[in-house]
Amino acid sequence: MIDMAQRVYLDHSATTPVARPVLDAMLPYFDVRFGNASSLHEFGREARRAVDRSRESIAGALGSRPEEIVFTSGATEADNLAILGAASARGRGGHLITSRVEHDAVLQAAEWLGANGVEITRLDVDAQGRVDPQAIFDAVRGDTFLVSIMAGNNEIGTVEPIADIGQGCRERGIPFHTDAVQALGKLELSMDGVDMLSASAHKLGGPKGVGFLYVRRGMRLAPLVHGGGHERGLRSGTENVAGIIGLAAAMELALAERAEVTARMWRLRERLIADVLRIPATRLNGHRTESLPHIANFSFAGIEGESLVMKLDEVGIAASTGSACSSPNLEPSHVLVAIGVPLSMAHGSLRISMGRDTSDSDIDRLLSALPRAVAELRAMSPFKVGE
Amino acid sequence: MYTERVVEHFRAPHNMGKMKDPSAVGRVGNILCGDVMWFYIRVAPDLQGHEVITDVSWETFGCTAAIATSSMMSDLAKGKTLDEAISISNRDVADKLGGLPSAKMHCSALAADALNEAIHDYLTKTGRDIPPALAARHEHIQRDMASLEERYKVFLERDAGNAPTGEAPTCS
Repeated sequence: MIDMAQRVYLDHSATTPVARPVLDAMLPYFDVRFGNASSLHEFGREARRAVDRSRESIAGALGSRPEEIVFTSGATEADNLAILGAASARGRGGHLITSRVEHDAVLQAAEWLGANGVEITRLDVDAQGRVDPQAIFDAVRGDTFLVSIMAGNNEIGTVEPIADIGQGCRERGIPFHTDAVQALGKLELSMDGVDMLSASAHKLGGPKGVGFLYVRRGMRLAPLVHGGGHERGLRSGTENVAGIIGLAAAMELALAERAEVTARMWRLRERLIADVLRIPATRLNGHRTESLPHIANFSFAGIEGESLVMKLDEVGIAASTGSACSSPNLEPSHVLVAIGVPLSMAHGSLRISMGRDTSDSDIDRLLSALPRAVAELRAMSPFKVGE
Repeated sequence: MYTERVVEHFRAPHNMGKMKDPSAVGRVGNILCGDVMWFYIRVAPDLQGHEVITDVSWETFGCTAAIATSSMMSDLAKGKTLDEAISISNRDVADKLGGLPSAKMHCSALAADALNEAIHDYLTKTGRDIPPALAARHEHIQRDMASLEERYKVFLERDAGNAPTGEAPTCS
């Protein structure tokens, strides 16, 4: 067994470790300051003050107002609230525009609406995964109630032109939602044309189980969770006080160190790409530069991604695959299919995602193990590369 | 997710690789679905005159479970008479591995199919009668593969250079 401390974690798009200062900020709110933020007494008031401070901090970082931040259980709930909530506020029918490369939280929410009387347009993307803003505007109809396009792709890292999309949607009076789970803390996000934005704490050094939906004032949205009227009635349920504090602390930390961390990520990503592409019959999925700095996705001809992840795990390197071999339908990743990766290569994908602590030595470890892992699996495969 | 036996076979697979001059070959699966297995067998009569699989090897493109089931199936088939080998089920392979996640049971079915096809190939090549159950299964396997290719036709054409549109069909 390889000691955990010896392992290299390159799966930060799945989740990140809680950063030490974030954990320290959270801990008192589990036992000493445990109050319910809705309680009248000092225990409650103390919790309320902490939630308010967190909300103000997050709003400040986004350049928005505190009351525009709705805390949720995470980004899946935030995406569902944005999409189902907008549809529900509108009433029956209507039209939603999204893309083929969205996260499942968006695609499956849209799928559900599609089965319940809403018309869905799922736009194609180019070979790097980018949506054409003009294609969105061309698809807009009189009954279009929402456009939902992610800020940066979780599988391949491609960055979408959300500033252009937001501006065009604003001109046309169509609300625009963006899932910014992977982009937040990594990119300078333009909020100008954004009416709703989903985020999650655990992708940026915060805890699991908490996130938020930014909801621009005036946006018509109906709640999914009914109850005590928390979060301005948009999300009932006792506030996850420690989680909310962790979310705000993680965002503060991510923004404070963003310049330094993302500069390192860019440099490591470029090294990684240059070296991995020396392995024969290998491709980079996504965009070399119009990308999130922490994600690089590759396909290796002749092998299957899950077994490659397993091979790397044997030598203490944690990465992931975009291919969904564990799903009952065995379909390859919808993102890789959408960008036109040949299906023969779409099953052989490997996603490397870096975090704030990822170093040159982590990338060295990967680069020394990867060619061998690929070669071993290719030796087992009936598809001989280069023969 | 995987049992220790699965991981052991994945790490150090048995009988892996292409066979020189095999008696027969079984090829199953579809790269578009992420699983392809080729099974090679060498068949020779034993002292009693029964035909025995004296050697098995395989080449597999697939996940951890696909590689582990290939390895286990090759162990189970080696040294068996053809009749015995035909009766090895996918359940036998999965059980010997200490179980497989339900989403991965198709991998063990693929290994059983690959062996079936190799034995079918052997009996065909040597001009022998094919037992009805083996023949029926062969028909079924070939029909499944043909229908998959049909379903994936647009994607094969796309990969050959035509424009990509739409969603990929499912393999199940």
